[in-house]
Amino acid sequence: MKKLFQYIPLLILSASVFSCKKDNYSPPGSYLTGHLVYNGDTIQLERNQVPFQIYQYGFGKTGSIDGTFAQDGSYSEVLFDGTYKVIIPIGQGPFLSNVTSSGTPDTVEVSLKGSQTVDIKVTPYYMIRNAQISASGGNANATFKVEKIVTDANAKDIERVSLYINKTQFASGGDNIAKTDMAGGDITDPNNISLSVAIPTLTPSQSYIYGRVGVKIANVEDMIFSPLIKISL
Amino acid sequence: MKKIFSLTVIATLTLGLWGCKKDSDFLNVQPTTFLTNDQVFSDPNLALSVLADLYNRQLDFTSLDNGWTSFTDFSESFPSENSDFGRSVVQRTGWGYSTWGIDWTGSYTYIREINLFLQRDSASTGLSADDKNRFYAEARFLRANFYFEIVKRMGGVPLALEPLLYDYKGDPSSLQIPRSKESDIYDFVISEAEAIKNSLPADAGEKSRASKGAALAMEARAALYAASIAKYGATTPAVSLPGGEVGIDAGKASNYYTIALRAAQEIISGSAGAYKLYTAPAGASASALSDNFANLFLDKGSAETIFFEDFKIGGKTHGFTTNDQPYSLSDEGGDAGRLDPSLNLVEAFEKLDNTYAPIETTDGSGKQVFYNGIQDIFAGRDARLAGTVLLPGGTFKGGTVDIWAGYQLADGSILTSDESGHLKPLPGTSTDVQVVGEDGPVNGLELRTQSGFYIRKYLDPTVGSGRRGQGSTVAFIRYRYAEVLLNAAEAAFELGDKTTAATYINQVRARAGLTTALTADQITFDRIVHERRVELCFEGHILYDMKRWRLAHKVWDGVPVTVSDLKSNIGAATKHSTQPWGLWPYKVYNPGNATNGKWVFKETLPALVTGTNRFLFGNYYSQIGNDVIAANPKIIKQPNQ
Repeated sequence: MKKLFQYIPLLILSASVFSCKKDNYSPPGSYLTGHLVYNGDTIQLERNQVPFQIYQYGFGKTGSIDGTFAQDGSYSEVLFDGTYKVIIPIGQGPFLSNVTSSGTPDTVEVSLKGSQTVDIKVTPYYMIRNAQISASGGNANATFKVEKIVTDANAKDIERVSLYINKTQFASGGDNIAKTDMAGGDITDPNNISLSVAIPTLTPSQSYIYGRVGVKIANVEDMIFSPLIKISL
Repeated sequence: MKKIFSLTVIATLTLGLWGCKKDSDFLNVQPTTFLTNDQVFSDPNLALSVLADLYNRQLDFTSLDNGWTSFTDFSESFPSENSDFGRSVVQRTGWGYSTWGIDWTGSYTYIREINLFLQRDSASTGLSADDKNRFYAEARFLRANFYFEIVKRMGGVPLALEPLLYDYKGDPSSLQIPRSKESDIYDFVISEAEAIKNSLPADAGEKSRASKGAALAMEARAALYAASIAKYGATTPAVSLPGGEVGIDAGKASNYYTIALRAAQEIISGSAGAYKLYTAPAGASASALSDNFANLFLDKGSAETIFFEDFKIGGKTHGFTTNDQPYSLSDEGGDAGRLDPSLNLVEAFEKLDNTYAPIETTDGSGKQVFYNGIQDIFAGRDARLAGTVLLPGGTFKGGTVDIWAGYQLADGSILTSDESGHLKPLPGTSTDVQVVGEDGPVNGLELRTQSGFYIRKYLDPTVGSGRRGQGSTVAFIRYRYAEVLLNAAEAAFELGDKTTAATYINQVRARAGLTTALTADQITFDRIVHERRVELCFEGHILYDMKRWRLAHKVWDGVPVTVSDLKSNIGAATKHSTQPWGLWPYKVYNPGNATNGKWVFKETLPALVTGTNRFLFGNYYSQIGNDVIAANPKIIKQPNQ
């Protein structure tokens, strides 16, 4: 019996020494990051609304690694080294879907060896230019220009433009303390649009807020936004 | 020794004589633990019990045996349970793409078993021709109804009408059926209903088994769904697939509406049995009308019910009443109050003069309105309000529910407690009095109402129905005559016949006390959307209705709801509703003032509600799992996913 007890610590010791080395894979360590870009400008989105799918070759048909783009159009995924393809499902995002001739989503191929930055090029229906938001008289006032990018048969109309303000860095339809909309038909000059919204009382008070303007495109679910602007009160 | 030897000889001989003869018989003993197909399909009772199992495995979106959770969501109610589920319903910002999907393997196993039943039933020689035909028609009804339930969730799916057999030769491609078009599945449901309707009894008394009325009601609803997907799907071109697996060609709409109207009118004409609305005697009071509406779901003999899922003590019971009964009147301590209808829904019930008006908490100038009785604020409304929702001061099982959130003091401040039924002294006094209702509402206090309302639909007043051990036997109605009327009204409206639409819709409204008939010109799309919402709430329609009208992404748009949103645009089809609000009553304590002892009400967003419902294009058709697509590469993905 005593002999048996002597073996137990030995067993535990050998188990702890050898098993860790043999059993476990090292965790994935290569970062695949990048942005959605159009001609070098990043596409601004609502957070967690536009998904992407990453497939790895050689691992059967188990499905995709799913993720969503952040508010500033960036994505990031920690992966093992290998060959991947990245797609954006058709119909997602405020941009033309990159479709192959057979109707499936077009693929960005990535051979990952260590961390890598891969930007995904897309063609948005519209871009917001020169957005400026400032506070005066208890209101947040925004001026901006909307540039129509897609003008061929795929062109779509503007459903509305919106100004969102929030206490945090997330400003969109789902995250805001105040917003104002203008219907697409009411826009007289797309090169010079102004929107204004009253800033509600902030509890607890803070000396700044964040704001963004966005364009809702008819029959497209996701909005495209201006970069986030910090507004000092 | 000699004796043993001779015995052995005799034994061997005996075995040799009889054993050889009996070998085949000996090995061919009828097992006593299961029945063969021949045995089952030669006895009508045994065949019926196989069919009963198939009935029991039908799929419903909301169902009393799915538990209370299947009735929550869509901002029509607040889930008062501090569980992961209860929190997720009001704290998430949308639905995952696989929500409302089907268990693919289980569903196709079920379809296979129906197909096997059909094969065996038609091969049977021992059943009488009548039994055989009826069973056959019933199984076809179950299969069509099941495909209808799937197509609502997934769009076109593989249509398997034979039990699929694998030949074990290594090539499963013959079993890999591609998705049918969405319209093909609806066409299948419609044609099956037409094919079987005359093999089923035209008897309004037959409610738990398929009848001619059930087949026609299924046909009318399916055709209406297909028609509206064709018509309104054109407004969301992003929700379609080029092969038609999702989305129906807009040109087919009027044909489907015509089928829906014809099938519904076949029931209305009485040729499928004597169905009629469940009505109170003429001249009944408002509360009697409400009781009548509530009883419609309790009375199993109701001539309005066409097809239901029945429950029975000693057989199958459900816990709906246990989970949702008022806390203060609960049969089961600590089990109550989970499903609390929202103010969003309550606001939708119109006034008896056919106008929409918000529940009047404040007058035109923004001042609080004082009421003598706690129920006065709800007076003069559609009787279905009090028939569907247990209002503050409402009665159940002879008791009165105790819903009030506290005292409003002279300076407008609130005296309340964080424990329901708690005693505290009022200002200027030293005697303890109750300062909040036994049923709440208190923020975050589960199992009491947190919206200010309890559910009344399906709530069982039978003694013991709220006990866990016993359960309730209230049936879940899948098809009822009022919905047939509303289906007919909608189809007639879409076909341009507003007069006929008004006739049908007015019957349903008159039963609810709305006796001023709507004129043909008053029938609008918004009216139809509204009528279905208030008549059919908590019956599993809202999601599918909002999907087929392509309104879901507008109603659940992810934008938080404000008080002014709640009170405006009532009755508009696109009115958004993303967070379940409550209406909290307060008793006024202001001695010496005329308002002392009166009631005031405040619209309140329960504190646990932090999320908003946002319905994405990718939610219109639930995701097909990667495992399914991996096993059958012919299946194509849903749009936007």
